[in-house]
Amino acid sequence: MYGNDFGAPEEASGGGLLGEVEAAEAALREAAARQRRGLPASDDDLAGFFAEIVEADQKIEPRDWMPEAYRKTLIRQIAQHAHSEIIGMQPEGNWISRAPSLKRKAILLAKVQDEAGHGLYLYAAAETLGISRDELVDLLLDGRQKYSSIFNYPTLTWADVGAIGWLVDGAAIVNQVPLCRCSYGPYARAMIRICKEESFHQRQGYEILHTLAHGTPEQKAMAQDALDRWWYPSLAMFGPPDGESTHSTQSMAWKIKRFSNDELRQRFVDMCVQQAEILGLTIPDPGLRWNDERQAYDYTQPDYDELMRVIKGDGPCNRERMAHRRRAHADGAWVREAAAAYAGKRAAEKKEKVAA
Amino acid sequence: MTDPSPLWEVFVRARRGLSHTHVGSLHAPDAELALRNARDLYTRRQEGVSIWVVPASAITASSPDEKDAFFDPAADKVYRHPTFYDVPDGVAHL
Repeated sequence: MYGNDFGAPEEASGGGLLGEVEAAEAALREAAARQRRGLPASDDDLAGFFAEIVEADQKIEPRDWMPEAYRKTLIRQIAQHAHSEIIGMQPEGNWISRAPSLKRKAILLAKVQDEAGHGLYLYAAAETLGISRDELVDLLLDGRQKYSSIFNYPTLTWADVGAIGWLVDGAAIVNQVPLCRCSYGPYARAMIRICKEESFHQRQGYEILHTLAHGTPEQKAMAQDALDRWWYPSLAMFGPPDGESTHSTQSMAWKIKRFSNDELRQRFVDMCVQQAEILGLTIPDPGLRWNDERQAYDYTQPDYDELMRVIKGDGPCNRERMAHRRRAHADGAWVREAAAAYAGKRAAEKKEKVAA
Repeated sequence: MTDPSPLWEVFVRARRGLSHTHVGSLHAPDAELALRNARDLYTRRQEGVSIWVVPASAITASSPDEKDAFFDPAADKVYRHPTFYDVPDGVAHL
């Protein structure tokens, strides 16, 4: 944990999300410092001990006993999250060579590199649960594990890069900030790091849209078109409505998940409305209006049938994304082999020298 | 056969005057690449002035199962802490 070395917390005002990340980080340290009851009285008490740690908002660490289902749920969730970061490099990578200026290009390159980094932090967190990197890669390439359905939509214009940063990364942050408080230590720590970096992503996207929305009428129309296409898929990122969500209850009890899909979706909508106003763009929802009673916006739900279709493999880009990932992995094989051969040769030379 | 790309643990010194702190892990075929990968993965935002990489297989860890017995010897030595001692009223600089 050394995320605390990033800049000053004055940044925390930006939507309050960074502030929440800082708070989660402080809570993590504070919980670690709190004295908890000794150790499990006996082996029989392992489950009780696990429950007590979770109850006390302390962290479960890799070598602690944990229920098998907890381990499996975490592997599935963290792996899916890691795969999403890796596949998520593609829609934006699509625009690196066509970014409108050198500055935008350098920024986008750094952002896509960050996504790779996030994937690697998460793969490492999943590996602490006893699954190997090779297995994880195979699970993705064989289509046995999923990635976020949002990355199966195409990036048709430069404005889409802005919309991804603002909406997709924005939705991801709303989803992920509570994960900074997840009961599994390595996941929580990876999420704190990721969330801090994501906030740069969200702002760069917002800035792209802001520039376009205050440019020529054609540029503004392009920004509006991107918002029109990305709004509902972004809402769908929070998953099916609470009534239909299969994993939620148990994950809440284990403190892997802290808020329901619908709660997070609402939070996201409430944040976006004012941000869209400042952009001067219109959220494509005629049903969007402030509800004074609920102190929240009423909004139109995304098309969950479409979400299910995309998850099942029938989105606009599913096949293209997977084909690209498989090709990239296969094309990189010679690099991995060469590096391993070189390392082997060097190790052998060293041994000879020692022997001589 | 040995793993062609084993796991390395990464430690970063954030600033001069601070100790190296564990920041995460990564895979690399050898130490040199592990160091370069660590730079790209864990110090993209100037988070460090020095990096250590250690093969994860070279780390010997105490086991959580024996935590009790292992750390027990420290439990009954309260006299190691300054708060154990009664300081008479009026003593300065102690």
